[in-house]
Amino acid sequence: MSAAKLWSWIAFIFGFLFFFLPLIGTFEFSLRARRGVYSFDAYSNVLSDPQFRETFTYSVVMALFTIVLGVLIVAPTAFWVRLKLPKLRPVVEFITLLPLVIPPIVIVFGYIRLYNTSSYLPLTGTAFGTNILMMCGYATLALPYMYRAVDTGLRTIDVGTLTEAAQSLGAGWTTIITRLILPNVLVAVLSGAFLTFAIVIGEYVFAALLNRPAFGPYMVWMGGNRAYEPAALAVIAFTITWACMALIQLATRFSKHTRAQR
Amino acid sequence: MPFLELRGLVKSFGPTRVVKDFDLGIDKGEFVSLLGPSGCGKTTVLRMVAGFETPTSGAILIEGKDIVGQRPNQRKIGMVFQSYALFPNLTVAQNVAFGLRVAGMASSESEARVAEMLRLIGLPELGGRYPFQLSGGQQQRVALARAIAVRPRVLLLDEPLSALDAKIRVSLREEIRAIQRELGITTLFVTHDQEEALTMSDRVVVMNGGIAEQVGSPHQVYNRPATRFVANFVGTLNNFTAIVEDSSQDLVSLGGAQIKLPGGALAGRTKGDRQTLALRPEAVRLGRNEASDFHLAAIVEDVSFLGSVIRIRAKAAESSVSLDTFNRAEVPPPAIGSEIDISFSRRDLIVLAG
Repeated sequence: MSAAKLWSWIAFIFGFLFFFLPLIGTFEFSLRARRGVYSFDAYSNVLSDPQFRETFTYSVVMALFTIVLGVLIVAPTAFWVRLKLPKLRPVVEFITLLPLVIPPIVIVFGYIRLYNTSSYLPLTGTAFGTNILMMCGYATLALPYMYRAVDTGLRTIDVGTLTEAAQSLGAGWTTIITRLILPNVLVAVLSGAFLTFAIVIGEYVFAALLNRPAFGPYMVWMGGNRAYEPAALAVIAFTITWACMALIQLATRFSKHTRAQR
Repeated sequence: MPFLELRGLVKSFGPTRVVKDFDLGIDKGEFVSLLGPSGCGKTTVLRMVAGFETPTSGAILIEGKDIVGQRPNQRKIGMVFQSYALFPNLTVAQNVAFGLRVAGMASSESEARVAEMLRLIGLPELGGRYPFQLSGGQQQRVALARAIAVRPRVLLLDEPLSALDAKIRVSLREEIRAIQRELGITTLFVTHDQEEALTMSDRVVVMNGGIAEQVGSPHQVYNRPATRFVANFVGTLNNFTAIVEDSSQDLVSLGGAQIKLPGGALAGRTKGDRQTLALRPEAVRLGRNEASDFHLAAIVEDVSFLGSVIRIRAKAAESSVSLDTFNRAEVPPPAIGSEIDISFSRRDLIVLAG
């Protein structure tokens, strides 16, 4: 084995241990709920907890709606900026980066102040209104990732010429975006969607301060009140994340037209 | 009345006027090329016809109706792009069917049309492939099929052959012309390649600086260029500087010989003025020739072997002269530095203004 190969293996093993040892430890700890033997008791406790099912379902539904909202906002915006307003791109990029520098607690207090029950748009007055507000907040939090993912996807195709070709064939904007642009940046949109999903599933501040039954506050509550179940929850959360990544890989593989271009 | 008429077309980008008062009429079924160097405004004219640019002023009429206010997707104008612009997520058949489906054509009818188009471009078996699985030439054929499938009123071709290699370019231009003739589509073709423009077109519009320098048949544009720019841009040209001897008699001197030019060619010139005369390389003959009016002694500077033709560059009458002679295996080309005679006929001289 050459020296370069040996160092590559050493780096790989170091990286593997660095990332996976804590996970393995967490997984091993989550199996110790029953004294003296390994068992999946912590997992069955978590999975049979009605609160887990409710909060997780709530967060998944919120994540899906947030993804739809994010795609509806970001895809046409990124497309339009690339096609018609390229000079505005730095400005739009700056705006999309703002959620990274403005803490969620500032955003949520701003929301509460703007949309409280005595405001013109009292969204916090009902559970449905609060859900809408929270979905908008989540879409804002995911904006930097979603925008970058979609914009990178758009960079790989000749948006201008494809749009003109479609227009010369009689297509309007809706047809162009839904039948040409979105399918061609599908992998990028999926990446953005996955990141959005991950953000929403683990988000705590919005849900806690708007008092909604989301998965983030449940995990925090569980961490403060149980011993083995939080570890089981962490492993479940990782599994969900990896499943999402695997789905993206599958989607990329089955997307025939992108295979040769990558 | 022309089928497609561009009337007083002007386009400015900020302070720069890229198309200046451009007029052109194209008859139904005609194939017209816009030929010119980069930045001459030819693509801008095409894009204005397509609706991708809005004219600063002027009108674009199809069958007498101004279409300037119409959006690109309302104009029923097909376009083929240099970069093919095939939709990568759709198969060849889906690409060709795209415009038909947008127009709301029933799928059975659309399938029949797609099959007809794929037969027309000679790729009937490739309907299920994706664009990335095709060669450049095949992609451009599909782009052409997609553009004509919707039976456009006008077909616009924006340098469709520029991205292809030389051999495919030649075969595809013949195919495009044959298809255009077969379907009788009014076509506006943009190119910077004079060979493409001359071989494919019914008429050529030579553009420079946003204006049409000359509009005419390939034969006219090549043999009777209207301006110095057209003469230099279209084909290779030998320029000689002659001295005016007697403008009333249309007499000039060149390399010690007197030449009588066509009547009125020297109007306004006085004795001693310099006058540029031009000759195509194929109008200059190697050696003394019975059919030629004039002979000049020359020294060979360079010899280029082009296959069927040999191009010789020689110094004559203080000018550099290129001449083409057919390659014959039994006659070797002259050596560089050797003395030769060249000859030409008076009728082949092009008198350039200025």
